Amino acid sequence: MTGPVGIAKGTGMLGTLIRWAVGAGIAGGAAFWVLTDPVTAPASATEGIVADPARGEVVFWAGGCASCHAAPEATGEAKLVLAGGRALETPFGTFRAPNISADPEAGIGAWTDHQFLNAMRHGVSPEGAFYYPAFPYTSYAKMTVEDVVSLRAFLATLPADATPSQPHDLALPFRLRRGVGLWNLMYLSSTWAVDAPDLTEVEAQGRYLAEALGHCGECHTPRDAFGGPVAARHLAGGPNPSGEGTIPGITPATLTWTEAEIAGYLMTGFTPEFDSAGGHMADVVQNLARLAPGDRDAIAAYLKRVPPVAP
Amino acid sequence: MRHIRPILAALAACAVVALPVAAQQDPIQNAIGARKAHMQLYAHNLGVVGGMAQGAIAFDAAVATRAAQNLERLANIDETSYWIEGSLGIEGTKALPVILETPDDFLAKQDGMKTAAAALVAAAGTDLAALQGAMGALGGACGSCHQAYRSR
Repeated sequence: MTGPVGIAKGTGMLGTLIRWAVGAGIAGGAAFWVLTDPVTAPASATEGIVADPARGEVVFWAGGCASCHAAPEATGEAKLVLAGGRALETPFGTFRAPNISADPEAGIGAWTDHQFLNAMRHGVSPEGAFYYPAFPYTSYAKMTVEDVVSLRAFLATLPADATPSQPHDLALPFRLRRGVGLWNLMYLSSTWAVDAPDLTEVEAQGRYLAEALGHCGECHTPRDAFGGPVAARHLAGGPNPSGEGTIPGITPATLTWTEAEIAGYLMTGFTPEFDSAGGHMADVVQNLARLAPGDRDAIAAYLKRVPPVAP
Repeated sequence: MRHIRPILAALAACAVVALPVAAQQDPIQNAIGARKAHMQLYAHNLGVVGGMAQGAIAFDAAVATRAAQNLERLANIDETSYWIEGSLGIEGTKALPVILETPDDFLAKQDGMKTAAAALVAAAGTDLAALQGAMGALGGACGSCHQAYRSR
């Protein structure tokens, strides 16, 4: 009897150390496993919720689903074919938006409302695996169950497409999805970023559109070393994690346009100086242009209530 | 020794004159400068029709038509010399290198601008409601090119 068995007998100090290390490793692993157990909604969460597909379409455009899940460069009707495709380059690797069309195999056509709720608000797939927060479930966590179910009803009316989802291309440690559970413990929250008690009804409407649906903060709030949003710098702007240049701050410290100018920009893409939005923001404008004017006005009113933080 | 001061002054004057000349001889910076100047001319004329569409300026068909005609002229200028190798994806410009990889699509988007600007000319001579409708299409034409070919 030699080798591992001899060590396992552990008569000396080395053996004690190894047993201690193995024990600590198992305990640590167990703690990791418990901490990263996916949190999901109770099965009853979607019971009795009545879907409104018309409201679902508003949620669809406000949430910007097509910007990532339609083929890049899609225009017109093609924007409604949600076969996936947009590549998001990040310091952790390249994420590719999956097929969320009504196809029962390649897409989400076979999902229940409850499974869809878990994906949208908890970032957990029907198989119980974590999604990566490149998918902004961290924002959608603030959505009402009614809006989630209504969105699903609208998505079910869109074309099915059998194109399989493309895999992500990530650096090794980030391929272990279980680790996202720890990230969620640190960053997944349904608390409003702008939590002032005296928001008007319109400002609160804008907050819901901006924080829960429009997920402005996913780009406009800077991220820390773990890729989590820096709460104290909500919408303050910062370096572009997907490439060159910076993402502008949109707190009142930077964005000095009037509410009417902001609302106009969100509809036409024109700044007060008649430059026009480019890159991803042009996508955002195309989506927000489909909302009712009052919704864009509400977003503008909300932005004026964001605590000013210099970039 | 009394001659040195005027000579130095002359040299300094030469340097001041020479600097802008040197800058103008950089074809990359020239191209970027030309693009920005062109976009500034768009913005200036958009300010007229856009201001009317937003209700900030009173609608005046003659004034709106002149601005719209300028926009149409700008849309029809050949921009080949603006988008040259080495002038994209660098400091000081938001234009993306992919412009030179998909020139046909880039030109198709400029054609979209020509169409939208021509429609704006017709609308500007009609009434405010027509102008407002045509401004939406024109904004879409600006946005479709900026979405694909500008970093932000």
